[in-house]
Amino acid sequence: MSLLELDGVKVHFPVKKGVLFDRTVGHVYAVDGVSLSVEAGQTYGLVGESGCGKTTLGRAILRLVDITEGDVVLDGTNLAELPGEEMRGMRRRLQMVFQDPLGSLDPRQNIESILSEGMAAHGIGADREERRTRIREILAKVGLPTGALSRYPHEFSGGQRQRIGIARALVLEPDVIICDEPVSALDVSIQAQVINLLEELQEQMGLTYVVIAHDLAVVRHISDVIGVMYLGGLVEEGPSDTLYAEPLHPYTKALMSAVPIPDPAVEDTRERILLTGDLPSPSKPPTGCRFHTRCPWKQDTLCATERPELKDAGNGHKVACHYAAEIAAGTVRQTVPGAVRPPEAETAPAEVPAPAKPADDGRTADPGGRAGRAAEPGKTAEPGGTAGTGGTGGKSAESAESAETAQGGGTAGTGTTPEAGGTPEAGDAVQADEAADADEATDAGEAPKTGEAPKTGEAAETVEAAEAAESAVTKD
Amino acid sequence: MTQPLLSVDELTVTFTGRGRRDVQAVSGVSFSVDQGQVVGLVGESGCGKSVTSLALMGLLPDRGVRVGGRAEYDGTDLFGLSPSRRRALRGSQLAMIFQDPLSSLNPVVPIGVQVTEILARHRGMKGEAARKEAASLLDRVGIPDPRRRLKEYPHQLSGGMRQRALIAMAVACAPRLLIADEPTTALDVTIQAQILELLKELVDQEGTALLMITHDLGVVAGLCDEVNVLYAGKVVESAGRRDLFAAPTHPYTHGLLNSIPRLDAPRGEPLHPIRGSINDNIAWADGCAFAPRCDFYTLECLAGTPGLSEPRAAGHQVRCVNPVLPGSAGATGGTTGGTAGLEKTEATS
Repeated sequence: MSLLELDGVKVHFPVKKGVLFDRTVGHVYAVDGVSLSVEAGQTYGLVGESGCGKTTLGRAILRLVDITEGDVVLDGTNLAELPGEEMRGMRRRLQMVFQDPLGSLDPRQNIESILSEGMAAHGIGADREERRTRIREILAKVGLPTGALSRYPHEFSGGQRQRIGIARALVLEPDVIICDEPVSALDVSIQAQVINLLEELQEQMGLTYVVIAHDLAVVRHISDVIGVMYLGGLVEEGPSDTLYAEPLHPYTKALMSAVPIPDPAVEDTRERILLTGDLPSPSKPPTGCRFHTRCPWKQDTLCATERPELKDAGNGHKVACHYAAEIAAGTVRQTVPGAVRPPEAETAPAEVPAPAKPADDGRTADPGGRAGRAAEPGKTAEPGGTAGTGGTGGKSAESAESAETAQGGGTAGTGTTPEAGGTPEAGDAVQADEAADADEATDAGEAPKTGEAPKTGEAAETVEAAEAAESAVTKD
Repeated sequence: MTQPLLSVDELTVTFTGRGRRDVQAVSGVSFSVDQGQVVGLVGESGCGKSVTSLALMGLLPDRGVRVGGRAEYDGTDLFGLSPSRRRALRGSQLAMIFQDPLSSLNPVVPIGVQVTEILARHRGMKGEAARKEAASLLDRVGIPDPRRRLKEYPHQLSGGMRQRALIAMAVACAPRLLIADEPTTALDVTIQAQILELLKELVDQEGTALLMITHDLGVVAGLCDEVNVLYAGKVVESAGRRDLFAAPTHPYTHGLLNSIPRLDAPRGEPLHPIRGSINDNIAWADGCAFAPRCDFYTLECLAGTPGLSEPRAAGHQVRCVNPVLPGSAGATGGTTGGTAGLEKTEATS
């Protein structure tokens, strides 16, 4: 039994019109049937773009918005049915950390008052002195000086304010903390501090987190299980490693290929899936699969008519797509030309046919399966087929430049340490074992894909590459 | 190309206020942009990157701001121009894309009017001709059904659409230099990818020079040819993007790259944040502004402003006396005690 379970949760907001009599003219389907479960001591990450309903879902768990339908079960108690007073009591066990650290702290209350208010409401600590001792402990845990107690929110920096927000949640000793975009308002160097703090606290206090964020890299870093939301529903869910190594849903693939990676070598050679258009309005969601209006792999049957269920695809990896298996196997072809852009070959010297390496750096769940698939003739020429490994494209340009061992390190380095990724140009020493690993990886990767390599190398222009891909698709 | 399109030399911007201490937001920034080149200015909030762009565009208010240094655009000194000459240049040859598309568009004026306004001002186009041109501009930046969109107001467009409209306005007069200030920060990743692709196309096809201002190192990695990293109003590291990311040499750049979780890195590796916050710095005049947060800090760091040097490769400039060189990456300066004392000498607010 999981600590927190959601079953078919729907949150619909009525759209009203009229001055005297509010007529309901429609609904915004913010959350439309989400089921998930969060294990104790784990972190569940919810990702999606703005408007996908992830924040509403987070608020629905705490019943800060009314749940239209469905159950939220915390430790055996169904929160959706609790009367107001009892729900207030339950909120001690469910706390939230908000996105905007300044907006969520009362500017006229000092820190002690902010932190003790919740304790007083829930009857924690007999008197002021006891509460103060407890607050001091928590402040030390989140890395704030005790002197902070008598100060006001505006006197703190963004990162410190977020620490106060976290402390406010912690003083109530909750079981589950829902973090809604905990770091998106912070600068990069401060983000890392807060992420590390959340991780330390989880380790020390055995907390369970539901982390809601749009930054996939952040979510991947801290989550054990990730759910990807699109227009009110989960489209894919799985353990963080498998989900990122091998995304199954076209939306997840596109989302991941769109995340910029701070490494030019990776950026130049990765494959991109560009989605056309914007998110449809959640008040008029598309029929069938919500994503079919933007999906590069949309098929004529099923997609527009039937809403896919979240089905297990093995290893706890669930996906809501009618054709996920076919797309992964490469038997279904792209229907939107040009949506999947093969790696650009601008910097690749045309004369060197560099072997493009399938992204396999050891974290793939079944490397054999992938390498095998990549080896299928005709499939390698189709950029869509090898899709989905947005972060880990083959590095033809790089490997072409040098054949040193260090280069091998660079090639596999997409997934290893930043230093390894950066070494080829600096030419400095790569750890011997790393280099060895890299070599193995390269060997494993090269063999099946050599046929494809010249194509990528020669196509100097993206357009040409796309055309080549198109013709290959047609032949296929 | 003998002469760069834009060269900025020791730009300083100081905000003054009666009864208040002067705040130097930009304290000596130099860089140059060539025709068809994408140059990045990267830094966290408060490092002076946006103020730099506003100063170059001449969009800072006249009162309460002192701008120093030189900025030369195509041989003319930008800061020496008369306001009217400056206006003629701005919008036609120099154009800017702002971060927040909603607040930089006029909410009560249809998109069409806002686009044709520029065409009328700089290209003397009127009536149907201007409308036709505006429609083709919107079409070019990928807005479907441009004729209908011209009649719509900014609130009727989605975030990505608005940013496209803003780009359409910026490229209306085929500018030679485009300044993009965090053009994708307010957008979702999939929309960000679309916009970045569009900017890339513009640079490739038109040979427009692009000055890209962003806090996102990932965006820089994919787009920029040259990267300048700013800290507390000064360029601390400047290099070609491959050099920069392969071998970040300034401790700040190094720290930044170590503190972002990467989508393609193995999971479970702890992040290494830069300690302290951007407020923990000292004035450049007293030494390195980054010293209080730096892991490689030594007493030499306090001996005046460090100059730019090229410890690693030609063209890879670093403003640091203890640069991160290969082999020294793991060695952290054991001067934590000294740092604690240093924090008391903070000179800036």
